Amino acid sequence: MATRTESDVTDLDAATGRGAAVVVATGLRRTFGAATVLNGVDLVVGRGEVVALLGSSGSGKSTLLRILAGLDAEADGEVTTNGRVAVVFQEHRLMPWKRVADNVALGLRGADVPERTAAALAEVGLAERTRAWPAELSGGQSQRVAVARALVRQPDLLLLDEPFGALDALTRLKMQALLQRLRLEHGFAALLVTHDVDEALLLADRILILDNGVIAQDVPVTLAHPRAHDRPGFSELRRHLLARLGVPADPDG
Amino acid sequence: MSVTQATAAGTVSGLRGAAVPDSARPRRRTAARRWRRALSPLLIVLVWEAVTRTGLVPDSKLPAPSAVLGAGWRLALDGTLGGHLLDSLTRAAIGLAVGGGLGLVLGAAAGLIRLGDDLIDPPVQMARMLPHLGLVPLLIIWVGIGEPLKISLVALGAFFPVYLNAYAGIRGIDERLVEAARTCGLSALARLRHVVLPGALPSLFLGLRLAFAAGWLSLVVGEQVNAQSGIGFMMMEAREFSQTDVVVLGLLVYALLGLLSDFVLRIAERRALAWRRGLRAT
Repeated sequence: MATRTESDVTDLDAATGRGAAVVVATGLRRTFGAATVLNGVDLVVGRGEVVALLGSSGSGKSTLLRILAGLDAEADGEVTTNGRVAVVFQEHRLMPWKRVADNVALGLRGADVPERTAAALAEVGLAERTRAWPAELSGGQSQRVAVARALVRQPDLLLLDEPFGALDALTRLKMQALLQRLRLEHGFAALLVTHDVDEALLLADRILILDNGVIAQDVPVTLAHPRAHDRPGFSELRRHLLARLGVPADPDG
Repeated sequence: MSVTQATAAGTVSGLRGAAVPDSARPRRRTAARRWRRALSPLLIVLVWEAVTRTGLVPDSKLPAPSAVLGAGWRLALDGTLGGHLLDSLTRAAIGLAVGGGLGLVLGAAAGLIRLGDDLIDPPVQMARMLPHLGLVPLLIIWVGIGEPLKISLVALGAFFPVYLNAYAGIRGIDERLVEAARTCGLSALARLRHVVLPGALPSLFLGLRLAFAAGWLSLVVGEQVNAQSGIGFMMMEAREFSQTDVVVLGLLVYALLGLLSDFVLRIAERRALAWRRGLRAT
């Protein structure tokens, strides 16, 4: 079992050299039967930093995120979180028997919960749907509720497990823009698990490539915001990442 | 040319007026069908009335429906029917509460806790195979022929459907929702309340409805074993005095009780599971 520590001290700064870290993981190992999926992963996410975790299918990206979220009781290693953590999964995972607002407010306490819930829903553009049942929402709307459910917890670290992977291409673009905006407003750190190189390049400050159970590459993304495919540097980095992921580079970028 | 026009016009009007004719027409059709479906039962009652009135079927074998209703009215007025009904309902209520409560507790324990599953489920699965109405002779030896017999029979009938459906309902809950609740900081007790219980509720309602059906059946059998009161006793007593109308009345009361309890449960289910209506609407 991975040792989990919740720390208030800021001497993680010294350990990381990147300013205060919201999560530090060392020596994460996870095996499923004979298969070793994670074989000693070290990872640090700084405060307010958006890190994308890229990897081919089955590389253990989601496994790693689940360990950081405290959902994997059988992993080895050490995880230290410093602050509040919230998770958005690939599926919205809303309780079908709770109305939208009650889903967002799940597990919250205090007199201001209704206001906070309403504010979070307004931020994702669903102020009108507080009384709706999850079954009445579209896929994109459901996922926005899931984002609101994470956001209302005022997280220092947002763990995103392919959050837009199940959405259609247009909705995905909108959600990426939404996430970008929310990040600018709230300044949370995020670990974004994705297999979409473009998504990683649009959103991340740093891209990690998970391969053979270890972080094979740590690529800082210094492109200026707002980012787009036709900005300088984008396609070069994209080609590099795709090559690293084993996809033959497309000469047209 | 004219064909093309007709198609185009049809499409346009179909789009514009979609809400009106599409919803009105089936409603009228279902109303008509409901009346049509009432026709044959009504006819059967009429034929029954006719053959008994004309003496084609002797009164002692099968009294006319109007005679049954008359007997019901008479017994209701002198308080006999109410008294027996109250006794039957009390037995049913206690039996259902004991059997259903035990089924819920043990089903939840087996569904939620691995140790509970290993210890509780095997004997329950074995006992389930015994036809519980066949236990009457053994139960008479154990608890005698008084009230405990009737109540244990109802409780036994109610226990298994509630246990099995509570167990299945809890096991059928989407593990991913439980995980999501954990990431929202819900304690084990809060997860039970916000995820497990509502998630298992549809299955629990099913179990409850089956338990009611089994409970009534057990009551019918139990009340025919040396009872001193209750609808079953009323029927057995009437048989001795050849009051066939009261016997048929008893059957009618049993049927109405079953129908009514199922109706109430279905309304409760509709209220409690309102979120599923949204599911169907989309």
